[in-house]
Amino acid sequence: MNRRCGKTLFFDQPPSVLGFAAVGGKRESEGPLADGFDLLETDTTFGEKSWERSESKMQALCAELTLQKSGVAAEELDLLFSGDLENQCTASNYTLRDLAVPFVGLYNACATMAEGLALAGCFVAGGLAKRAMAMTSSHFCAAERQFRFPLEYGGKRTPTSQWTATAAGGVVLGESGGPPYVRAVTFGQVTDYGIKDINNMGAAMAPAAVSTLLTFLRDSGEKTENFDRIFTGDLGMVGSALMEELCRREGIVLTNHDDCGLLLYDRGKQEVGAGGSGAGCSASVLCSHILPELRAGRMRRVLFIATGALMSPTTTLQKESIPGIAHLVLLESER
Amino acid sequence: MKISKEEYDKLSRQVSPKSKLWTDCLWAFFVGGTICLIGEGLRAFYQTRGFILTDASALASVTLVVLSAILTSLGWYQKIASKAGAGTLVPITGFANAVVSPAIEYRVEGLVTGVGAKMFVIAGPVIVWGMMASVVWGVIYYFLRPMLGG
Repeated sequence: MNRRCGKTLFFDQPPSVLGFAAVGGKRESEGPLADGFDLLETDTTFGEKSWERSESKMQALCAELTLQKSGVAAEELDLLFSGDLENQCTASNYTLRDLAVPFVGLYNACATMAEGLALAGCFVAGGLAKRAMAMTSSHFCAAERQFRFPLEYGGKRTPTSQWTATAAGGVVLGESGGPPYVRAVTFGQVTDYGIKDINNMGAAMAPAAVSTLLTFLRDSGEKTENFDRIFTGDLGMVGSALMEELCRREGIVLTNHDDCGLLLYDRGKQEVGAGGSGAGCSASVLCSHILPELRAGRMRRVLFIATGALMSPTTTLQKESIPGIAHLVLLESER
Repeated sequence: MKISKEEYDKLSRQVSPKSKLWTDCLWAFFVGGTICLIGEGLRAFYQTRGFILTDASALASVTLVVLSAILTSLGWYQKIASKAGAGTLVPITGFANAVVSPAIEYRVEGLVTGVGAKMFVIAGPVIVWGMMASVVWGVIYYFLRPMLGG
């Protein structure tokens, strides 16, 4: 029996990760995780005439590789959850024109991968889908023109700003199969501690990550040291420091915390501000680093907590603070 | 969580790295200064070619604008600007960059609804409030002038 304890859902028959793939762009190809990617395209346009089309192309390539590596045909998918950062989630919508699959479009900014993976897990574990896929993408150039300035505009980035990854990740879950497995999920709640600086999203999202982690620990009775790694999505340098400090104030010393935004790039050599971000950042780190480590048995139990900043350019101009969200997925290498 | 919004605000300010004020100022001073120096050089050059001072000044500005537009389309202006900050933003070249960059970026949305509508998305406010300020100053100057003996 699946069970709900507090706000966390535990799966009795944990869905299996049948396959996964990560696609990235030029800057990702120069980063420390490059070897884990399935495809790295140094032409950021992906051969397309607009950045929106480039992102869709990247997602289509990611979907193709994910299905291929999972040994699953598109027709065999019962559901596909996908999201991105573009207005109206168009990168996903346009990719799915060419995939005849029941499609659920998602938006939770950079937390979308954990959201999709958690939902896919629920549908498979609940017996409502035999195979379900979760996928997200983000493209630096598409995000930049939508949220900030034109690419050629000469602006100076503040040291707390993060770099939107040009990357996509996809995961197929099935009822039975090999490791890794999705053991439990916690859907987070919107948390807003009043941060208004759009160039400091790590600070806006850190409380959400802590809140979801605390909820999970309370619901499961687990301690942070029970996990090989606790991965947050895209808090960057500032958000990670804040998360660790917030945890310390709650009596938790985080010694096994990594952040996807800090793993994807080498901040010493690459100019990415406080680290990577974007829906494709945590997704590609999940598929190029975390899942391979679990599959190889080098890590056994991992928490994947992707975080999202839920503002829009309009709310930012209206001086609203930035609501954050974080969803948690417990991944294990044994059933 | 135990922390209050006020405490979190304080904490996040402590943790967030600040811009390097002195380094940024030096970059802005030298790059901005260089652009102005080039402008002065151009004006002197046009004067040696027989243009009167006002014409030579206008031609120098136009040349800087063209240079900035070329550098912007090559993607070089923003590379310099990422270091120079206000040094590339304040001179007339920054204004040209602010007009040319959206024109390139939104070309794909069409000549009217893309380039036409978005070209002044950054520079527009400067024009609006710049004109407004000059009108206000014009009125003040109108009343001040008799007192200044003009």
